Parts: sequence; structure tokens; C-alpha cells
Amino acid sequence: MKELLSGNAAIARGAYEAGVTVGTGYPGTPSTEILENLARYPGVYAQWSPNEKVALEVGVGASLAGARVLVAMKHVGVNVAADPLMTLAYTGVNGGLVLVSADDPGMHSSQNEQDNRYLARMAGIPLLEPSDSQEAKDMVGLALDLSETFDTPVMLRTTTRISHSQGLVELGERREPTRRPYKKDVAKYVMVPAHARRRRLVWLERQEALRRYAEECPVNVIIEGGDDLGIVTSGVAYQYALEAFPGATVLKLGLTNPLPSGLLRRFAARVRRLLVVEELEPYLEEQLRAMGLAVEGKNLFPRHGELDPVVVARAHRPNPGSTGVAAQAHEDLPLRPPVLCPGCPHRGVLYVLSRLRLAVMGDIGCYTLGVQPPLSAMDTCLCMGASIGMALGMEKAAPEMAARTVAVIGDSTFFHSGLTGLLDIVYNRGRSTVIILDNGTTAMTGHQDHPGTGRTLLGEEAPRLDLEQVVRGLGVRRVVVVDPYDLAAVRRAVRRELAAPEPSVILARRPCSLTVPPEPAPAVDPAACTGCGNCMRLGCPALALVEKVAVIDAELCRGCGLCRQVCRTGAIKEGDGDRA
Amino acid sequence: MPNATTDVLLAGVGGQGTILAGKVLARAAQLAGRDVKVSEVHGMAQRGGSVVTQVRFGSRVRSPLIAFADVLVAFEQLEGLRWLPRLKAGATVILNRQTIYPLPVLTGAAAYPQGIPAKVRARGFRTVVVDGPVLAVEAGSTKTVNMVLVGALAAALDLPEEAWTLALEELVPTPYREVNLKAFELGRVAGGAGGFLTAEGSLY
Repeated sequence: MKELLSGNAAIARGAYEAGVTVGTGYPGTPSTEILENLARYPGVYAQWSPNEKVALEVGVGASLAGARVLVAMKHVGVNVAADPLMTLAYTGVNGGLVLVSADDPGMHSSQNEQDNRYLARMAGIPLLEPSDSQEAKDMVGLALDLSETFDTPVMLRTTTRISHSQGLVELGERREPTRRPYKKDVAKYVMVPAHARRRRLVWLERQEALRRYAEECPVNVIIEGGDDLGIVTSGVAYQYALEAFPGATVLKLGLTNPLPSGLLRRFAARVRRLLVVEELEPYLEEQLRAMGLAVEGKNLFPRHGELDPVVVARAHRPNPGSTGVAAQAHEDLPLRPPVLCPGCPHRGVLYVLSRLRLAVMGDIGCYTLGVQPPLSAMDTCLCMGASIGMALGMEKAAPEMAARTVAVIGDSTFFHSGLTGLLDIVYNRGRSTVIILDNGTTAMTGHQDHPGTGRTLLGEEAPRLDLEQVVRGLGVRRVVVVDPYDLAAVRRAVRRELAAPEPSVILARRPCSLTVPPEPAPAVDPAACTGCGNCMRLGCPALALVEKVAVIDAELCRGCGLCRQVCRTGAIKEGDGDRA
Repeated sequence: MPNATTDVLLAGVGGQGTILAGKVLARAAQLAGRDVKVSEVHGMAQRGGSVVTQVRFGSRVRSPLIAFADVLVAFEQLEGLRWLPRLKAGATVILNRQTIYPLPVLTGAAAYPQGIPAKVRARGFRTVVVDGPVLAVEAGSTKTVNMVLVGALAAALDLPEEAWTLALEELVPTPYREVNLKAFELGRVAGGAGGFLTAEGSLY
């Protein structure tokens, strides 16, 4: 039976069919749905970890205990997990372990577009790249087999267009899970220098064995065509290449670390012109060049952003499939960037920070959207948890900055990697002010649970970590809780804590507006509205100024009441509860 | 056979229901025995930003992304305008009458383009303007605009009627099925008639 599955759903299905019994990860676009889907299968234990490093470590423990394991994260999550990964490549595994890295070319929902094929190569682990949902499913099984055969973790790398595109997938039966017995083996698993030096040699031998395997690997295939043009490609770029270059002979690499040098040399010898079609970095191209092969690639295709059929076809046709007049972009269309939702509890805090003209060390989450005008309430966004360490660095370099700098971080991000930063502020006698926007969920990726929500990925009840106690436990004495819908209270708290000569944490606590029912929309008295536009500084999509009168879209409005609070003339009044 | 696929773009604003519309189309195509691929974007872009679902079907689909589409369903007028450069010459544009102002327009930093249906027609596209909100109310719920548009799309494609009905029945939960089927039907009639003329119909 064939089912239409996204790449992520297919990966989860592949893990289920291959007998995976443990899945771990941390939510991050475009990887999130892998674990969400895996958690629905019977006989599978799946969990969100607080961050990707812990997720991988839990995965490693499960592998040593003999289970087949899948660990899923977005590309930048692998940076967080890189510490265990690089040494796991030395120790190897017991039960098969596949690490899914979901890369995001084009940065649809990411802070960079790093190409994690290099991380797999650096770790010296096999790397598989599916080109559609069917392959995504099949390659999970192959990855686990390779992991157990070669005693190594394996990376399965997707990109956004693999993760979030759907295709028809043939479903199979589940392989009966078996658990390999745990065996204590200190020379293999205790990486003290003496052991690690020996494992380094094992690792080198494994590279050779994998290179030999690559020559015969069934997912490296040639699609026959003419001899004029040969194309080497992998991942989704393969699909674009097939459409853009009909008639070419194509070497599709499913295993992209290590590369099959013999196969590549033979392939290069039989075509007159050799092209590498790959998204992002010249990862394949550089290795082909190092083999001494004459190859074209990034001279024709961009190194930044996503490829698509048009971008790939442009390499040999300047204006492919042009529709003439229609192909010209329409002049100066207003952009429609993503925005904070109506009723978003982040808005109140960001509005106050913007009005106080503070330096805001930002972080990763919905609140990053506050960078846009009119809020313009974000000075930085670097990586998960960076806001807190950066605030401390600011005040250490420029002590006067302490009174006008705040760190802003969400609850899930704080659990992910804010704890250690806050510890640093306390330990190193900082006085920074940290605002935790506690909306009780991981909102940006679609409301996943975390240690503060009281629920697990499997839907079980869990201890609900109290942020107030957590930050007090880290040594912060000044902790205040405010309601972000109360602008005056937020302003008072921020001013007071910035002035305090010691570290403080402001917990701005209110559930994500998408998770709670709306309150009645306020009403505008058009006669009292002077059209001053003060309410427009909130950047609320439910508010507009039409012919100099504020208008509230009652369909969109969630009744947070912020516009009523900022209205100078009292024109915005409490609504009558009558929702359209 | 360089072009054995039918390529459909469903463009709108996060929250308008383009994803469900894409699901219905993809399922209908699958039930009709075609190979199908769907591509959509999740995450940050969904927060009220521009969104697009790309659906391709045919005997064999390779790329999940469309080079140039045969049909554009614009759930919102400005989003329709935005995707015109990715249409084939003479493509069909199903244009929902609805406009949703983006933040730069709400704050006065940018102006919302006027006369969009005329602009689309002027580029030689077969243009079907559908009054989604009005037809959705007629169907029984303001939340069925997306199914009205799916209905109009059905009128523009050559997939069998049973495939659409079955897909709708599979994908729309029971309490909402009746209104959604009605919305689909109203949309299909409107699409077949080349659009729905309203009091303001002369604008188009």
C-alpha cells in the first residue's frame, strides 16, 4: 500500500519498520515532525530532551543497552550535539544508531544554512542523503544496518525540501525489534587517552572499510543517458537535475561519505563534460577536484540558498521556460514577513523594551520576530541560549551597559541552553537582567512539550519544573513574575531590575495565545480616536489605521488589551464580549 | 515527455488553510491513480507570513518544487500577484476576492496594490475571481473559504469527481463535512462559471 508521506513522516515510518525502539531529539524546523510521528507508533519510546546534546547522549545510552535508536534534530542542533558525536565516532555503537540532521538551505526557519555533510565527514561517519520520501524511509533501515555492520553512528541528512515535501511511499512490515546484550568494554567505551588512541586507529581502519563499501553501495546508482554530459548529484538536487538536464547520464550518490572514488573516476572517464549539481557548499565538487577530476559546479550553481528546477536549469538556459511578460517580477510588492500573532504574550514585553530603548540580547524563538518594525526590539540573535552570555559580556566590557541591557529568552530555549549562561552571570558577579518569556510551550516549532510543561512527548504527565525555583537554585536572588499583558507592571519590573546591582530574572508568564481561548475584542470609539497611531506601535496584525481611525479586526483579535493600555485618548474601550 | 505533470500553486497567508486545500488536491490526484508530490513550508513562516503549497501530479513526478505552474490558486490577492512570475504563459489563476493587509501596509510603511484582478488579466492569464468569503457564508461557515477555492480548482482540473468527493470525505472531520462539501460545490459552480459576480463584480 502506498501512502502520501512527508520526508519526516517517512523517516519515522522507516525507523518503526527497522525495529527502532528508542527515539530522541529536540524540536527544530525542519526536523520536528520526525519524533512527533515516531511517538505515535506502538512499541517505540520517544522523548524530547532539553537539548540536542542530551538527546544524542540518551540515544547513545540506549544503543549501548542494545536498542536500535533514532536521534533527530535540525542542522544547528548537531552543533550542540557535536561534542558527544565526534567521540561516539571513536567508540562506535552497540544497537544501530542513526542521527538525522535536517538542514535548512534557504533558511526558511533558521539562523544559518550550514551544510552538515561536512560534520559527517569531520566525524568520519557514513552519510546518507535521500532524494524523496520513499528513500527517506528506506535509508533509515540502511543506516541502521550500516551502523551495526561497521560499528559506527550514521548520519541521515535531509534538507527542508526532503523533510517537508510529501511523496508516495510503499509501506512495509516492522522488523521484530531485538536487543543486543549490553557488554562492558572499557577499551571501547571509556575514552581516556590510552583507549582513545587505540580507538582512533580503529576509526581509521573503519574509514578504509567504508570506502571499500562505498564502491558497492546499492544507493549509489547510475541513471543511463548520453555521454555528452555526466552529472554527479545527491539529495533533492538529483530531482532538479533530472528535470533540468534530460538525456544526461546521472550518478546519484545516496552515500555521500565516504565517496566511491573508483566509481567516480570510471564515471568521469565515460562522459565528455562532468557537472556536480549540489545544494549549498561544493562538498562533492571539492572532493572530485581533489581526485584530479575536471568538474564544473559552483561556477554554474549558487552556493547560497535553495536550488529549484529553475535555478538548476539556468545553468544552461539563461531564461528557462520564460513566460515573457509574466516572468517579470511585479514591481515593489509589499512584503509579508511572519509576525507575532495577535494576543502574543511576547508583544507586551517587546513593546516596553522598545519604548525604553534598551539593548536587547535576543534568542531563538517566536520573540525573534520582534526584530521587525514597529517593535524593533531585538539587537541580536545568534544561537540557542546566547542572549544570556552575551548580556554578561556586554556589561563586562562596558559596565555602563548593565543598566540598559537585557537578555530575552523563551522558556523552552532557557531549558535548552540558558541555564549555564545564567550560572555564569551569578558566578562571575554579573548584574545582568534576564527576561524569560514563559509561554509554557515550544511555540515556534508547533507547541512541543518541554521540562516546564508537565507533559512528555508520549503524552504522559511529568514533573513540571518551576522556572522560579530553577533560577533561584542557580543563585539568582532577585526573581519577579509579571503578566506581560500588564504593560505598567512590565515597565516597573524592567526599570527596577535594571537598576539592581545584582543578577535578576523577570519571568513574564502567560500561555501562548494559540493555546488558550480568546477574550472579547476591545471596541474603538471612532469619535474619540485622534488617529495618533500610538496603538500601531504594537505591531499587532489585528489593528489597522483606516482613514486615521483605529480599526480592530474582531476575527483576528484575541483580546489581550494592549491596545487599550497604549491608547492615549481612551478611544479603545473594553468590548462587549460579542464576537463575530 | 518534458511536461507530463500538472503543477498547482496554492498561495496565501499563514492560517488561511492552504495546507488542508493542498492535502485534498493531493489525495484526489492520488485516488485518480497519479503520482503526486507536495511541498510546503513549516515553522517561522507560518506566523502570518506568505505561505505556499506546491502540488504536482502526473504519471511520474520528480522535483517537489514547481518550475512554472499551470494553475495558481491565490487565497489572498497580494499573494496571487507575488507568484505570477512562476506561472506558465496562459496559466489559470483562481483569485480569491479576499485581501489581508500585511504589517507594512497596516503600519502605513507600504501601500496595498490596487486593481489586482485587472493586473492579473492584463498578463494574459485565464483569471477566475471567486468571492470566497461570500460563498463560504452561503455554505454555512466563514471557515470554509479554502474549500470554496478547492471547488473552483476542481473546475479547472481534469480529475474525476469521485476522487474529489472521496478525498474531501477522508480529510474533513465529520461535524464539518457537510458545510465543507457544500462550500466545495459552490466553489466548483463558481469556478465553472468563470467566477462569481458580486455587486462589486464590475470591478473585475
